[in-house]
Amino acid sequence: MTKTILVFLLYACSLSAQAALDAAQVRQLAAEDSSDKVAAIRQLTQTADPDAVRVLQAMADDSLYLAGGKAVIIDGDKAFDAATGAAIRVPADAESVTVNNRIRGELANALAALKLFDADAGVRLASAQKLQSSVSPEMAPLLAQALEKEGDAQIRALLTVAHAQANLGNDDPAARMAAVKALSETSSPTIKSLLLPLTDKAGEPDDKVRYEAIAAVKAIDGRLALAENLGRVFSGLSLGSILLLAALGLAITYGVMGIINMAHGELLMVGAYAAYGMQSLFRAYLPDWIDWYLPAAIPVAFFAAALVGVVMERTVIRWLYGRTLETLLATWGISLVLIQSARVLFGAQNVEVSNPTWMSGGIELLPNLVLPWNRIIIVGFALFVLTLVWVLMNRTRLGMFVRAVTQNRPMAGCVGVPTARIDTLAFALGAGIAGLGGVALSQISNVGPDMGQGYIVDSFMVVVVGGVGQLAGAVWAALGLGILSKLLEGWAGAVIAKISILVCIIIFIQKRPQGIFALKGRFVE
Amino acid sequence: MSNRRNFIKATVLAAALSSIGMAAHAADTIKVGILHSLSGTMAISETALKETALMTIDEINKSGGVMGKKLEPVVVDPASNWPLFAEKARQLLSKDKVDVVFGCWTSVSRKSVLPVFKELNGLLFYPVQYEGEELEKNVFYTGAAPNQQAIPAVEYLMSKDGGEAKRFVLLGTDYVYPRTTNKILRAFLKSKGVAEADIMEEYTPFGHSDYQTIIAKIKKFASEGKKTAVVSTINGDSNVPFYKELGNAGLKATDVPVVAFSVGEEELRGVDTKPLVGHLAAWNYFMSLKNPQNEKFVKMYKDWAAKNKLPNAKTVVTNDPMEATYVGIHMWKQAVEKAKSTEVDKVIAAMGGQSFAAPSGYTLKMDETNHHLWKPVFIGEIKADGQFNVVWKSKGPIRAQPWSPFIAGNENKKDAPEGK
Repeated sequence: MTKTILVFLLYACSLSAQAALDAAQVRQLAAEDSSDKVAAIRQLTQTADPDAVRVLQAMADDSLYLAGGKAVIIDGDKAFDAATGAAIRVPADAESVTVNNRIRGELANALAALKLFDADAGVRLASAQKLQSSVSPEMAPLLAQALEKEGDAQIRALLTVAHAQANLGNDDPAARMAAVKALSETSSPTIKSLLLPLTDKAGEPDDKVRYEAIAAVKAIDGRLALAENLGRVFSGLSLGSILLLAALGLAITYGVMGIINMAHGELLMVGAYAAYGMQSLFRAYLPDWIDWYLPAAIPVAFFAAALVGVVMERTVIRWLYGRTLETLLATWGISLVLIQSARVLFGAQNVEVSNPTWMSGGIELLPNLVLPWNRIIIVGFALFVLTLVWVLMNRTRLGMFVRAVTQNRPMAGCVGVPTARIDTLAFALGAGIAGLGGVALSQISNVGPDMGQGYIVDSFMVVVVGGVGQLAGAVWAALGLGILSKLLEGWAGAVIAKISILVCIIIFIQKRPQGIFALKGRFVE
Repeated sequence: MSNRRNFIKATVLAAALSSIGMAAHAADTIKVGILHSLSGTMAISETALKETALMTIDEINKSGGVMGKKLEPVVVDPASNWPLFAEKARQLLSKDKVDVVFGCWTSVSRKSVLPVFKELNGLLFYPVQYEGEELEKNVFYTGAAPNQQAIPAVEYLMSKDGGEAKRFVLLGTDYVYPRTTNKILRAFLKSKGVAEADIMEEYTPFGHSDYQTIIAKIKKFASEGKKTAVVSTINGDSNVPFYKELGNAGLKATDVPVVAFSVGEEELRGVDTKPLVGHLAAWNYFMSLKNPQNEKFVKMYKDWAAKNKLPNAKTVVTNDPMEATYVGIHMWKQAVEKAKSTEVDKVIAAMGGQSFAAPSGYTLKMDETNHHLWKPVFIGEIKADGQFNVVWKSKGPIRAQPWSPFIAGNENKKDAPEGK
């Protein structure tokens, strides 16, 4: 380790003794043609001059300008000569240097390569990780140099892969062979696509290397297929959890209480708008805490939707118990009222609900399997809500009363259960749970007055397939429908998948009208 | 009894008075219909076009109106509901008696109002890029035809700067515009030597919000050995979940660039654009263009938004279909002044050859025969602030080819509407 540090120190000293960058090369960075720019970036990279990092970083940050035939860096109200780094007056006629995708990719690699010589192992590791795709053959000598100096095993492993990529186009078959061998250990789709040209005769004249490449592609394919299947299961799970969140509230109001609540989708919408409202409040009054608006929105959404539920139950639904068709029509009317109210209050357009930073991005399990945080968190949230509902229904007095009332209303009334109040509370609970579902939906889809319409069919599907009157049924149905539709989507596309799911459900209900799980016993009317 | 008689008299009198009032009113204004969805899945895109139309009408009225008459806008909301578009169009033409209609975004809505405009001989200005394969006497197309947007964009992706893409994913919403555009692109790609196996076509329903499977498919398709690019014709609010998923799944523009034909500054307002830097859009106008006409246009819209207290007035943006709406209304005004009449047939005859200095920085011309605008093409990359950085532009305005040469049987079609 000491030896490495020594080498680095020596290296750093030798570099600081060097003169400023070649002005012509730096000027070429601002050339009209992208190919000239790329050539200049590659030349600058090969000098391995730490000063080049400054210029290339400026270019990547869009702060490199061309003024008076010279490349200059403009940073706010300060300007520097790009080649020498000396401060100059801010030129008036500066023209920004256009950086397109091709240049941006080239710059990212160049910067990563230059930072491989940084004294900090963390910086080197980050650079090596960035160098895992589209490494140009010109980088090979630089990477070899870095590899020679590197002491850290993890960074070495990454660099070996990068070096092998740069060497795939090497003229020497032995070097290509070594590169292919090194790459066969990886499991990234980019590397597979780099190896593919070597598997046919036109791309690879040497037989041995070609066979090796074919074997390597096969090995990578195996690992990729695993990740792909895992990804498929995860996306099914994610869709299932979303369906579950959308349907859980309905599983209580329709499943347990027997109310066909067509306004269920609008209760989801109330929850989603509650999230939007909290986001606006946080933006206005607590901008430093904006990332935490979502946890704050959870209770707000629950109570907002529950309140709407109480009003619905007290004013309309309680007069219609036992009259299914009338309830259906009345709640459908309520849904229209709610949609229109949202339009009046928030406007007809969708509103923007952004993911908090801790829900953006994803976790990379394998090179081709990235699980987005927002979906992981929603799966967790679905579990949380499910536990909450289960505990409420099975471990509390309220839950017991609700079950008692649904199983045998007159008997429950006889032993002193206030049935009318229990009805209101149970409906409010179902509505509140729908509000929680709305918060989750606000994170992955659009929030607008009509959003509930898209979920009402899915919610009923889940509850009916699961079996009316059963929470466990809803869970299995949601997961089953989620995974089935993701499998179908992967195979036949989104439009066909949607149709075939509906056809499947029709057939299923024909064969088994009571759903997956059915209540057994005398109390079922 | 006399009470009742008095009441009837009063009612009749009131009705007579109000009809006189209306007639007097109608005489010194010209009615202009605005037919854009203000609710539903397309509201994300179309609401801004209604505002632009109202702003342009206000601008024209302030500078003296058309032939000394003020323009009077009639706004209706077809609610992203295609049959309702036809109903509302009929209402505008036969009940409100408007002289011209500015409206529609999706091709399916345009197709649904076409029979109404033909039957009642109305005049429609359509401001959005579309798939071509249509040329109607009653419609002027101020958006781009495929050769003014889709084809140059794909050519750019195949160029060195675009990343020399060899494999293409054609991804769209399931309706006539994406299907036809992709048919044209498929034929174009084949003519450039791209094999059938290197093209993947995928469609999603309107309002689709779960793009996990599609992103996974794109990733898999991209790992098959050649540089891959995605051509997206997703329309409406599905774009928000699509780009969210794209960002979260870590599919970077340097690996697999996505070029979109229906995503502009307005659609990106609801999305965190930092993970999307470098993805592309092809349009005939970008808000970031620097020229005096555009500065004026952007300022006018920002002032309009502030004055009318539009939602998020401070961050409003302008985009391509808004520019096309603006250009269309001004050209219609010029044609009316040339024809000295708002009569549909006379205005149609006067439209050909009209030109207007547009916010894109070019003087755009309405083609003499084919009812389409000559338009410049720009390709922009998304920047971290949600604006576009122009990375390629055409040498000047290009003439539209509504009948794409890449669709068989189009060679014999006339480059002018029937019955003209």
